[in-house]
Amino acid sequence: MTPERFMNAIRFTLLLLVLGGLTACQHPHTPDHRDADLYQALGERAGIETMVENLLYLIVEDERIAFQFKGIDVAHFHRQLSDQICELSGGPCLYTGRKMRESHSAMAITETQFNALTENLILAMEQNRIPTGAQNRLLALLAPLHQDIRGL
Amino acid sequence: MMRLIRTSCTTLVLAALVIPMASADPGSRIWATGGVTTIEGSAGGGLVPWAMLSGYASDREWGGTLALTRAELDDFTVSFTGVTLNWRNRLEVSVGRQTLDLDTLGAALGEDELSQDIFGVKTRLWGDVLYHRYGQWSAGLQHKRNRTFTIPDAVGARDDSGTDVYLSGSKLFFAAVLDRNLLANITVRGTKANQGGLLGFGGDQDDGYEAQFESSLGVFIDRRWLAGVEYRQKPDNLGFAREDDWWDLFIAWVPDRSLAVTAAWVNLGDIAGLENQQGAYLSLQGSF
Repeated sequence: MTPERFMNAIRFTLLLLVLGGLTACQHPHTPDHRDADLYQALGERAGIETMVENLLYLIVEDERIAFQFKGIDVAHFHRQLSDQICELSGGPCLYTGRKMRESHSAMAITETQFNALTENLILAMEQNRIPTGAQNRLLALLAPLHQDIRGL
Repeated sequence: MMRLIRTSCTTLVLAALVIPMASADPGSRIWATGGVTTIEGSAGGGLVPWAMLSGYASDREWGGTLALTRAELDDFTVSFTGVTLNWRNRLEVSVGRQTLDLDTLGAALGEDELSQDIFGVKTRLWGDVLYHRYGQWSAGLQHKRNRTFTIPDAVGARDDSGTDVYLSGSKLFFAAVLDRNLLANITVRGTKANQGGLLGFGGDQDDGYEAQFESSLGVFIDRRWLAGVEYRQKPDNLGFAREDDWWDLFIAWVPDRSLAVTAAWVNLGDIAGLENQQGAYLSLQGSF
């Protein structure tokens, strides 16, 4: 191995270490003040409710997923989703609805539909001028629900 | 530099033609999760393929991309034109042509360029880059065929075609760095290609497959801007000149699903005895 190739190997190893380190540091924070910050950044209960309302308007106009929401009790759904996001983000709420796997089991949600909802949630957050960092933190908390919602 | 600007203008005009066609319905996957198009046609960064499949097709959709890329190095110009199709975010098929203009060596060698066609397939084996704890894993092939073999033959290459095999893993870590999303990719490639295949396959020093590691790391500044670094190991099969690893620093702008523009500073090391080849890289991608 020439010195240059040796240096390249070293550089590559360093990059791998950085990658590995970041992976390992994925869950360094427990749900404490950091998540309460998130609740503030989302605009507390009122902000979350507006965001969920925006989300519902986007869903109704999205032909990829609107049919999955036909016939729901909109007020009930709005309250439950607001509760859930409020609680997840460290707010003083309690989600009392069914488990994600249970409530979505009969819906046969496709990846396309899941992506459509994620997209609408991001657009709803943008409409509410939620800062990028707070958007990412909420998505970090919601992404793990994917397996249950899709029934995988 | 003037040439890069002229190329950029040409590509912008082409993009203007591509985008209206592309804007129909590029698919449902989240913005920028199709990556951009590598100089070998597979979805990825600029130099390194990622585990994500091209474009935005999700599990019930079709999609694809068109890409134009150019890198102006000190003594060479690399260009790539390619197209991909994505079936249900399960299978990516790509076809493209890659050219290395011999700006400095051309007169002495009596040839203007080295060129190859690249046919790629990539399949998503498992997982999802956004939603799965362990990310997304894909395997791919890149079959490369030299269009001119005189120079590769003269410098000791054994074959005018070759097939790279690779396995890639990609994962997005939400809010990982200053609450920004971090995209990490790792690829291991089995290859005999010299300078990616432009100088043929196998050589007087080594004619076997070698495992090479490739990696990239990018941070989403917001959902439209991704900045990062890539690194690609390369074999060194030819005795006439040393071959170096490649790396680049990139920034990609993905205003919506139909368009991606990537600018980079690439360093391809020594090429055919000309040292430390680096320069500006620009790539345009339209999705449909």
